[in-house]
Amino acid sequence: MTVKKLTEPDALAKYRDSLVASSDDGKPCVLICGGTGCRAGGGLAVGDAFREVLEQRGLTEKVEVRMTGCHGFCEQGALVVLKPAGLLYVRVTPEDVEEIVATSIEGDGVVERLTYREPATKKRITRESDVPFYANQQRVVLADNGRVDPTNIDDYIAAGGYGSLAKALTQMQPDEIIDAIERSGLRGRGGGGFATGRKWRSARNATGQPKYVLCNGDEGDPGAFMDRSIMEGNPHSVLEGMVIGAYAIGADRGYIYVRMEYPLAIENLRIAIDQATQRGVLGENILGSDFSFNVKISRGAGAFVCGESTALMASIEGLTGEPRAKHIHTSEKGLFGKPTNLNNVETWANVPVIIDKGVEWYTSIGTENSKGTKVFSLVGAINNTGLVEVPMGITLREIIYDIGGGIPKGRPFKAVQTGGPSGGCLPENMLDLPVDFDQLTEVGSMMGSGGMIVMNDHTCMVEIARYFTDFLRRESCGKCTPCREGVLRMYEILDSITAGRGKMEDIDLLEEICGYVRDNSICGLGKTAANPTLSTLRFFRDEYIAHVKDHKCPAGVCQALTTFIIDEKTCKACGACLKACPVEAISGGAKKKPAKIDQDKCTTCGACREACLFDAIMT
Amino acid sequence: MNLSKVDNIIQDYKGNPSSLVMILQDIQEELNYLPEPVLNHVAGKLSLSVGHVCSVATFYSSFSLEERGKNVIRVCDGTACHLRGANLLKDEIVRALNISEGQTTEDKLFTLEVVACLGACALAPVMTVNKKYYGQVTREKLLATLEKYRQKDSCVLSEPNDSKKTD
Repeated sequence: MTVKKLTEPDALAKYRDSLVASSDDGKPCVLICGGTGCRAGGGLAVGDAFREVLEQRGLTEKVEVRMTGCHGFCEQGALVVLKPAGLLYVRVTPEDVEEIVATSIEGDGVVERLTYREPATKKRITRESDVPFYANQQRVVLADNGRVDPTNIDDYIAAGGYGSLAKALTQMQPDEIIDAIERSGLRGRGGGGFATGRKWRSARNATGQPKYVLCNGDEGDPGAFMDRSIMEGNPHSVLEGMVIGAYAIGADRGYIYVRMEYPLAIENLRIAIDQATQRGVLGENILGSDFSFNVKISRGAGAFVCGESTALMASIEGLTGEPRAKHIHTSEKGLFGKPTNLNNVETWANVPVIIDKGVEWYTSIGTENSKGTKVFSLVGAINNTGLVEVPMGITLREIIYDIGGGIPKGRPFKAVQTGGPSGGCLPENMLDLPVDFDQLTEVGSMMGSGGMIVMNDHTCMVEIARYFTDFLRRESCGKCTPCREGVLRMYEILDSITAGRGKMEDIDLLEEICGYVRDNSICGLGKTAANPTLSTLRFFRDEYIAHVKDHKCPAGVCQALTTFIIDEKTCKACGACLKACPVEAISGGAKKKPAKIDQDKCTTCGACREACLFDAIMT
Repeated sequence: MNLSKVDNIIQDYKGNPSSLVMILQDIQEELNYLPEPVLNHVAGKLSLSVGHVCSVATFYSSFSLEERGKNVIRVCDGTACHLRGANLLKDEIVRALNISEGQTTEDKLFTLEVVACLGACALAPVMTVNKKYYGQVTREKLLATLEKYRQKDSCVLSEPNDSKKTD
C-alpha cells in the first residue's frame, strides 16, 4: 500500500478530518486487548474467533474488530470491550465469541456470565466505565491505549495524534517548547524524577553536533510493565514526544533502547517508525519543514544496569553496559561523546499531552512538586492486578483498595513495595501517604519507574530484602568496588539470616555496609541498592529479630525456620493440600479424615498452605 | 562451521563495531548460542579484539556460550511471581528435568533459565517455553506442559495446541 506523505502541517489536520468523516461513530466495534498479558491469556485466538464468527454471519463489513494495546485490567484477561455500548467482557475464550456476537452485537443483550463481578459485593458490572478499577483512574497517558490499534497510524491520527507535533512545528519556537515543559513541572518517570525541561535546556545549550535524543525503554524493575504497555499499545505517543523533544533540543537523530524481553514492544515500535516515516511525521523534512529526525531501535541484551543513563549509552555503542561517573553530564557528552538527552518512555508519552492541552491544564493535576499522573503496575497480593494511571498525590490506600480491590481471600495487608530493587517496603501505617516523588523518597522508598507490589501476611520481609539484594548483586556490573563487593556481602548476611544462621551483630554490620554502599557507589544501582534492606529494617525490624533470636520466620516463608502443621479442627479433608505437595509429605485428607504432614518428608515449601481453602495450615 | 550466515548478519549492520550487541543477538537467534570460533570470527570482521567481543558476550545475560536445548524454559522470578511461588515452580522443574538453573538436559530437549521479569505479572507465576507464555502454572500444569513438548519432539508436531485460555 502506498501511503500519502503529509508535506505540510495543514495536510495533517485535513487528513485527520477525512479520517474522522469517513468513520462511523455508531458502527459497532470489538476492542480486544492485545497486550502481552491478554495475549498470554489467549487474546489473539479470541480476535481470530471474532473475525471468523462475524464472517460466517455476514457481518464483516458492519462490525470492526480491533486489536488494541493493553487495557490494563490484566487480572481479568482476555478482555473484550464492545463499542458503542461500552460493554466489558472479561476472561473471554474463543468458545464464548459466538454467544457474544449473537447476544450483544446482533441483539442488544448482555452475556451476564462474562461480565465483571466485583469481588467484594459480588455485583455484576456490565459497562467498562462503571468498573471501579477504571472509574477511579485518571487516564492521560494511557487514554488511547485501549482504543487505538497500535499497528495502524491512522487510528492514532484520527484520535488527534501528531497534532501536538504540528502545533510545535508551526506555532512554537524551540525555546517556547522547552519553556512549556519546564513550566509544566514534568519530572522524569523512569525513577530519578529529574526536571525534564531543565534536562532539555542543557542539551539545547550544549555545543557539538550531532545531538542525540534517546528513549529509555529498558524497563528492568521486576514487577513493572508500564513502559512495555505504552510501547506496545501506543508507540506513536512515544515517537511524537521524541520528535517534539528533538525539535526543541536541536537533535536530528535518536535511539529507542528496548529490553529484548519485550518482543511485542519492539515489533510495534518498528511498525510505528515505518508508518510515521511514510506519513512524513518522522524522518526527513517532517511535515514539510526543514526539521529532520531519524530514530532507530536498539535492543537490550539482558542487563538491569543498562537502565542507567551512561550504561545505556555504552550499550548502544556496542560496549559492555558499565556506567561512568557523571562529572561531565550526558547532556554535554553522552552517546558517542555528543550532547544527548535521555528520557523514559512514559516521560516522552507525556510530552504531546502537555503541548496539546496546555501547561495550565497539566499543572492542575498532581501535587505541588509532582505534576501530572503516574502509571503504576499494581501486582502481587492484590485482587485487581493490572496497569493503573492515577494523579500524583493520590494515597496508597486509594490505589490499593479503591482501584486494586484490596487483598485476595481477605488476608491482611502487610506492606507495599514501590520503586523496584531501588525502592523500599512501606507498612500499613503509611497507607495514607500521598504518592509523589518527594513523599516516597522521604520515607525511604522511591517512585522508581512505577512498580507497586502489594504484600500480605504470607510475605517475609527479610526474605524480600534478600530477594532484591540477590537480584542486585547479580546485576551489579562490577565496575566499582562498593557495589560489587558491598551488595554481595549484604546478600550473604541476609541469606544467612533467612537460613537461620544469623547473629544479632549481623544486623548492625548489615546497616553499616548499607550506608557504605549507598555513599560510595558510582551509579544509581549501587546508591539505592540498600533501600530494600534499610526500609525493611526500619519498618519490620522485629521480623529480623524473630529470625535471629527466636529462630522463627513469622510469615512462614523461610524454609529453615518454618514448620507447618495442619489444624485438625479446621481441616475439611478436601485433599487440596495433597495435590499441591510436591514431595508427597501429606497423608489423610479424605473421607472426613483430616490431612497430616509428615515432618520428615516436608520441605516446608508452603505449597500446601497456599492451596488450602480453609486456612487450616499454620506455622 | 559455516560462517556465511554470520557474515550476512555482520553485513546487515554494515560491519559497524558499535552494532556488536545486536550482531551477537542476531547470531544467537540463528545459531542458538555463541560458539567460540564465531566470536573469533566476529572480532576479526569488526576489527575488534577477541577480548572485547568476549567481554560483551559474557556481560549480558541473554548471551549463551554453550549450546542450549531445543526448548528454552524461562521461569519468571520477578517480584510478583516471586510472591506467588516462582521458587516452587523452579524447584519443580529442577526435579522434573534433573537439571539446575542454566543447564540443559542430556537429550538437549530443555534448557532452564530463570529471568528477572517477563512483564506478565497478572499471570504469576509465569514461565515461557520458547516464545509461548504459560500463566498461573501449577504443578499439574507444568508436568503436562513438559510432557507436551516431549511428545511434540517425538512426533514432530508444530507448537502444542492448547485449548485452555491461560495455559
